[in-house]
Amino acid sequence: MDFELMINSFPKLLNATLVTIKLLSASLIFGLFIGLCFAILRVNKNPIVNKFAYGYSYVFRGTPLLVQIFIIYFGLGQIEYLRSTVLWVILKEPYWCAIIAFSLNTGAYTSEILRSAFQTIKPGIIEAGQSLGISNKIIFYKIQIPIAIRQSLPAYGNEIILMMKGTSLASTVTLMDLTGVAKYIISTTFKPIEVFIVAGGIYLFITFIIHNVIKFLEKKYSY
Amino acid sequence: MELLSFGKTGWGDELLIATMMTIAVSITAMIIGFLFALIFTPLKLSKSKFLNLIGNCYTTVIRGVPELLVIYLFFFGGSGAVMYVASIFGYNEYIEINAFITGSFAIGIISGAYSTEVFRGAIQSIDKGQFEASKVLGLKKPVHFFKVIMPQMLRLAIPNLSNVWQITLKDTSLISVTGLVEIMRQSYIAAGSTRDPLFFYSFAAVLYLLLTYLSMKLINKLEIRYSRGF
Repeated sequence: MDFELMINSFPKLLNATLVTIKLLSASLIFGLFIGLCFAILRVNKNPIVNKFAYGYSYVFRGTPLLVQIFIIYFGLGQIEYLRSTVLWVILKEPYWCAIIAFSLNTGAYTSEILRSAFQTIKPGIIEAGQSLGISNKIIFYKIQIPIAIRQSLPAYGNEIILMMKGTSLASTVTLMDLTGVAKYIISTTFKPIEVFIVAGGIYLFITFIIHNVIKFLEKKYSY
Repeated sequence: MELLSFGKTGWGDELLIATMMTIAVSITAMIIGFLFALIFTPLKLSKSKFLNLIGNCYTTVIRGVPELLVIYLFFFGGSGAVMYVASIFGYNEYIEINAFITGSFAIGIISGAYSTEVFRGAIQSIDKGQFEASKVLGLKKPVHFFKVIMPQMLRLAIPNLSNVWQITLKDTSLISVTGLVEIMRQSYIAAGSTRDPLFFYSFAAVLYLLLTYLSMKLINKLEIRYSRGF
């Protein structure tokens, strides 16, 4: 055990954790938005809209995240037309490519979580709202959405943790996140166990915090 | 399409072999995962607090740390660890471990943590009366486990195990960082030499989709088979 290496690498890894957290929070925010949009499309009665949303979530859940990042980072740059548009400013940055891939990926999972939450709301609750003369819009925003959020909290908490682990793939497109820096230190010092303990410890700490925040929210919004 | 032809000019045969490799690694990893689950599920269900702690440590650490980090640990630390063990037995030559074995082990340990949780959940949701009944009947322990608990456990576990299988299958793409030539690595090589990454990575995505689709079909059949009588 090389304790000196562990202590020396800790600040470097902690710095890299900031990149991980930035990637995670950006993808979660975009992903939640995408997920909500597609969940609403999924409960739509029009079969074409419905199938489209299902296809999106099927493709993104059925392929590895690594393929998705590579297609966006290496693949899209190949399209000449894209290079001439404004989008290229974003797509040439590995940072944004990673965020796009993560957001689309977590968006697919989130849409499934929210869809099942919407579908488990008892029709009686909506009917009760209607019989009280509440407008459909208010029923949706004040009754359906709060219940759906409460219902989906445990599953969404898992998704946040899975996404946190997913951000480690950013290191494959040259980003120096926690895993990227850990790999760099391992490959220069050849002390994998020590670095794994420190980096893994930081990841576990983040997992622990997310887990407890979700637990707290679950308790707060339980009925 | 020319790019996918078989023979020297196309990448069809290489990608086919790579797909086989992905399937082989996934199955090996899944089996290694089952072996780990076989060890750790009893620990998690045991009454001893200490054994419980060991079981919980395994599943918590593996499920809380990114797969890629675990793979790097095995990739960089695997041969060192084996050489250390070998040196105890007096063997001091350099040992290089095959990428297939390292990869399957790394993914297997990850998959094992998920399988452990699935088996634990399945056993816990078996009706308590079943345990008591087999005790009252005086069944021997192996008979009790293999003839009473296991069939019921499998029925409850199959839907969740299919999720574990999907996760394992997708995780194998990460072994490409160690140089094992599976779908992802082969696409990387092909994309590099033809300068057509969009095509090859999209094709890789299609291959993965095909694999997940076909395995879902197969698992659905299993599910029907094991829920006969329910």
